[in-house]
Amino acid sequence: MPNTPHISRRELLRGAALVPVAGALAACATPAAKPSASSSAAPVATSAANPFGMADNKPLEVWIFDGGFGQDYAKNIHQPLFKSKHPNVEIKHNATKEITKVLQPRFAGGNPPDVIDNSGANAMDFGALAQDGQLQDLTPLLDAPSWDDPNTKVRDTIDQAVIDLGTYDGTFSVLGYVNYIFGIWYSQKAFRDNGWEAPKTWDEFLKLCETIKKSGKMAPFTYAGKFPQYLYEPLLTMAAKIGGAEVLVNIDNLEDGAWKTDAMKASATAWAEIGAKYLMEGTAGLDHVQTQTAQNKYKVAMLPSGSWLENEQKTTTPSDFEYGMFPIPDFGGSDKMPYGMLHSQPSENFIVPSKSANPQGGMEYLRAMLSKKAAGDFSEMVKTVSVVKGAGEGRKLSPGAESATKAFAAAGTNVVYYRWQTWYAQLKDEAIAATGELMTGGIKPDAYLERLQKKADEIKKDSSIKKYKR
Amino acid sequence: MIFNRYRRGLFITSFLAAPVILYLVYVISPYIQAFYIAMTDWRGVTATPTFIGLDNFKRLFDDGTFWKAVTHNGALLVLLPLITIVIALFFAFLLNVGGAQGTSGIRGSKFYRVVFFFPQVLAVAVVAVLFQQVFRPDGSGMLNGPLMALGVKPIGFLSDPGVAFWSVLGVMVWQAVGFYVVLFSAGLASIPRDMFEAAQIDGAGRVSLFFRITLPLLWDTVQVAWVYLGILALDVFAIVWVMTDQHGGPDWSTTVMAAEIYRNAFQYFRFGYASALGVVMFFFTVGFAILSLRFSRRERIEY
Repeated sequence: MPNTPHISRRELLRGAALVPVAGALAACATPAAKPSASSSAAPVATSAANPFGMADNKPLEVWIFDGGFGQDYAKNIHQPLFKSKHPNVEIKHNATKEITKVLQPRFAGGNPPDVIDNSGANAMDFGALAQDGQLQDLTPLLDAPSWDDPNTKVRDTIDQAVIDLGTYDGTFSVLGYVNYIFGIWYSQKAFRDNGWEAPKTWDEFLKLCETIKKSGKMAPFTYAGKFPQYLYEPLLTMAAKIGGAEVLVNIDNLEDGAWKTDAMKASATAWAEIGAKYLMEGTAGLDHVQTQTAQNKYKVAMLPSGSWLENEQKTTTPSDFEYGMFPIPDFGGSDKMPYGMLHSQPSENFIVPSKSANPQGGMEYLRAMLSKKAAGDFSEMVKTVSVVKGAGEGRKLSPGAESATKAFAAAGTNVVYYRWQTWYAQLKDEAIAATGELMTGGIKPDAYLERLQKKADEIKKDSSIKKYKR
Repeated sequence: MIFNRYRRGLFITSFLAAPVILYLVYVISPYIQAFYIAMTDWRGVTATPTFIGLDNFKRLFDDGTFWKAVTHNGALLVLLPLITIVIALFFAFLLNVGGAQGTSGIRGSKFYRVVFFFPQVLAVAVVAVLFQQVFRPDGSGMLNGPLMALGVKPIGFLSDPGVAFWSVLGVMVWQAVGFYVVLFSAGLASIPRDMFEAAQIDGAGRVSLFFRITLPLLWDTVQVAWVYLGILALDVFAIVWVMTDQHGGPDWSTTVMAAEIYRNAFQYFRFGYASALGVVMFFFTVGFAILSLRFSRRERIEY
């Protein structure tokens, strides 16, 4: 057979050696532009039943952060509901504790999945994603008819704060699904048994700490010492109570001197006093689970946390423990915000990558999540409050969730939040380090504020860090 | 014959080509790419980062946290080899020539040799988690429990910024010593017994046996140990990342270069800047290796 191409053994080996070399070189650490295949899909006509024009046979890839809420809610609540309307869409469900490690290479490679619950300590940086145009504009989702009622827009079924906080650069692109409600948590049983009462003013709070300390039954106060962000939360909330919500707005906007206001000083000084006098022994070296478990064992009376606490501790909490939450007490007569004001912000953030294969399907998945049934079942399953208005109505809530829900309702419009910690990760780490020092007496309140101001100024000057405003 | 020589050269080259190519692809090319990424503002998600020249390196000089990390690596570089080698030499000496007769180890030396090696068998992450419990700041801590029972205030081994670095150093020494005891024991085994015997007959005690005979004859091994431990001190990452609060805290008191690189890359999403830190660390490590080999060069003692 004279026409058969003749390849010698050596040529074959050489060829075999070079193929992976070329492949490996192309796939190395440096980013490589790839032809985008995402938008090539032929758009499908939109309709009331299919507001985003999703192709009804394209698979959908979902990644869930497997953290405090687990992943069962997605598999057992959201996905069956989605399937009920779109039976031909195949859902590929995935879950991980390490969102960044698994998904960051997918973004860099240009083939991210369609829906991501971007949460947890190893979540991807929203700022980096937004800066690079990786986030799908979710405005069409807001304007689409809700899953339950074609005459109501999705926009009107969720809290306004979700839209405010999910907006990056003027584009709504991150959907917070859970309403985190922050406060000081205690055991209603322990307080009842000992005749203690949730304090309404800072003086009462100090007196209560003193009483508990003297009783010798337990330590008055603790926080997740290894993670001092649990403590800067009430510190900042109290500063907002004293000086008004703009204290936090200015900090977010990196305004000059924003960290060094009188309100911040008063709050930092007050909390440093708690740190010096009333902390449980060893607090600085314990993490959130250890301190929360100490509370469940009645070794400590109070700790600051958010509304996920009850679900997180469900395996160690005694059945009659009865979690309760009280808001930051009144500091003084000149407080700018009334008693009951709260820090609450939507979290458990879902995104749809704009360069995914099926962003329309991703938005449809979010629309299903925001239905009353999905949100209500979710709240019941993971003992928490979703951002969907009225989804908890008629559901049986646990004592902690009930207490938080009541406090949230009582706060009305007196709700504050801050975003600097998601916008500027370096500032967050500095605040964590400095707050730990403040609470253990390593630095004085003045030096504390000085340090944070310095870091904020550095970030403001650094041209490589994208700035945000609210 | 020329033709034959050519054939032979080709033959040899064909064998060398594969490892060279593999080395180029998997070792050299990532290095070069890291140098390139260090000069971009890549945040890890875009496909087309902007080239910004040496800006990342300029920024690095004002980065207080990174310089703290460099200081900690520097302190480890001096203290870790020094302490580890001194302890390992002491143990190796006792295990091999420290016995009453001066030519054998102290009683139970076989048992100790195995026990000393235990820490080396454990993975670094396991060691880190283990010591988190040992150092726990409340009554459940292995060290603080007894202390508190005696009425002493608990020590914040990992939560007090003034103590945390020393705790990290202690754990690193604890883990490293075993290996170097074995290494030095092997070195000692190759020293002829009659040298020790002769010295003893001349009236040398344990101390002069150690300083006059053991140490000089072990110098080569000590030098190897020094370089290894130095590189360990520059490379340290896992123990700090897993064991310390806030991955290098509290208050940056234990952070190291590798931890800052990781933090900038995977927490701040500044891959370009992290690569710049990596390049700096690369030069520190290469510089250390060259210097330590140069300065510890000495006449080899023949025996």
